[in-house]
Amino acid sequence: MQLYLPIAEIPVNVLLILAMGAAVGFISGLFGIGGGFLMTPLLIFLGIPPAIAVGTQQAQIAASSMTSALAAWRRDAIDLKLSAFLLGGGFVGTMLGVWFFSVMRRAGQLELVIVVSYVTLFGVIGGLMLKESVREFVRQRRGIARPMRRAGDHPAYLGLPLRTRFPKSRLYTSVIPIIALSLFVGFAGAVLGIGGGFIVVPALLYLFRVPPTVVVGTSQFQILWTTLAATVLHTVVNDAVDVVLALMLILGGVFGAQFGARAGRNLRAELFRFLLAILVLAVGLRFAIELVLRPAEPFSVQVLEIKP
Amino acid sequence: MRAAAAFLLTLAAAAPARAESLVASLSTSRVQITSNYTGAAIVVFGAIEKDGQTVARTGPYDVVVTVRGPRASLVVREKEPMGPIWLNRDRQPFADVPLYIAVLSSRKVEEVTTDALRNRLKVGLEAIVNGPDFTYSRGGADRPFRAALLRLQKQERLYLENARGVTFLTTSLFRAPVPIPAIAPPGNYEVDVILFSDNVMLARNQTNFELVKTGFEQDVAAIAREWSLLYGLAVAAMAVLFGWIASVIFRRD
Repeated sequence: MQLYLPIAEIPVNVLLILAMGAAVGFISGLFGIGGGFLMTPLLIFLGIPPAIAVGTQQAQIAASSMTSALAAWRRDAIDLKLSAFLLGGGFVGTMLGVWFFSVMRRAGQLELVIVVSYVTLFGVIGGLMLKESVREFVRQRRGIARPMRRAGDHPAYLGLPLRTRFPKSRLYTSVIPIIALSLFVGFAGAVLGIGGGFIVVPALLYLFRVPPTVVVGTSQFQILWTTLAATVLHTVVNDAVDVVLALMLILGGVFGAQFGARAGRNLRAELFRFLLAILVLAVGLRFAIELVLRPAEPFSVQVLEIKP
Repeated sequence: MRAAAAFLLTLAAAAPARAESLVASLSTSRVQITSNYTGAAIVVFGAIEKDGQTVARTGPYDVVVTVRGPRASLVVREKEPMGPIWLNRDRQPFADVPLYIAVLSSRKVEEVTTDALRNRLKVGLEAIVNGPDFTYSRGGADRPFRAALLRLQKQERLYLENARGVTFLTTSLFRAPVPIPAIAPPGNYEVDVILFSDNVMLARNQTNFELVKTGFEQDVAAIAREWSLLYGLAVAAMAVLFGWIASVIFRRD
């Protein structure tokens, strides 16, 4: 069943798009990440112009994170105070990122920066997470209980000045590392075109030891606001959102996200971290392979502007 | 079709007496894109009209139909190894080229006329893509980029050449179906019909058709362009609404 997209200006198979939306929504709901890193390449592969692929899937991410955030809200698993810090810092970080983006583009080295950062960022985060997960599995196999966290047993950066209590996250930390994290997430998101769930989720899990359910809820809440702003920005600046495509992706995505969130609740915390580590590592690996493998077609065509 | 041919013949008769003259018409001058659009086929009809003074030709007539779609500025990039990694290094801009080119002929374009005339008249994809006006030349460095653009566009069926694309119905009547793939962009398509015989151009005729969005597709595109803030807010609201509906449907607790 083919349907013509009015902005992307190509016909697509409705069922295929619905299925893609559902699959990416499932992963998104499961891990509390946006899923844009999966959806964008899929849409481009179908022949949708890259700008429209990036712009339109923001709307889908907004919808699935709305669903997830509502579910988290009902379970009381959103740390609003933490979200506020993340959003504020993220906004400043995004502006810095956009500025850095244009500087590097003028220098002609943008692509190198993007690909190398993807590989290092995802490789390092994924690798660390995997190591941690494997160690935990081994411990369990041997029947060694994980040492209990004692009061006062925490990394030194939590003890910097301006300590604040985040009761829902069971966190008492200086706001300095939180703001640093949010700045970095906004910056990386603007430069690499990723929503940031990918960095926020592991960081909250590993650096701040926030409980997984609160991590997912808080991350989804933050993603909701970021993607809503991005959707509007993309339509105003680039005319790059296709409402018909967005509707199809949303319909598939919201249902996928529901099942994903449900599956996530039944996952054991260790397994959850292990799967997330594998996913992050796989993305890093994909970019690494793209970087070192001889491409089948070394040439590529980019349409800059269609003349009226 | 017979009616169309008859119409063409009367048109041709009205032309002033010269050697051969050529008349061309299209099955439609406006292709409408609706929600179930998956590409289109336009048929070019043509008639060759002779009068009493026309000299007898020894060879057969050859017809080449060239269709050029909306123009765009493109850039072609080439990945090259730098140390262990592959990066986009060299690039060639194409400032103003058609996104769609179809060359339909009654014979291979190489057999229709001489190389010199083919290059001058831009007959055939090779002649068009390698022409000096297609992109600027960089002392040979542009060659692989022209070839790559041709190859990649051919893969998408946006550039095509068919040596059997023009069929003669009688000795002076012909038709040429032009396949428009679904990904071909909306806009103006120019049709250029050239008549050859014995390597010589005898007549030429140009016409055009439009590929346009209609109804819902057109309205959406117009709103997105002219009321972009409102459109963006509407899409964002739609996302929130559907997210909320889904959570209500799935609410079990």
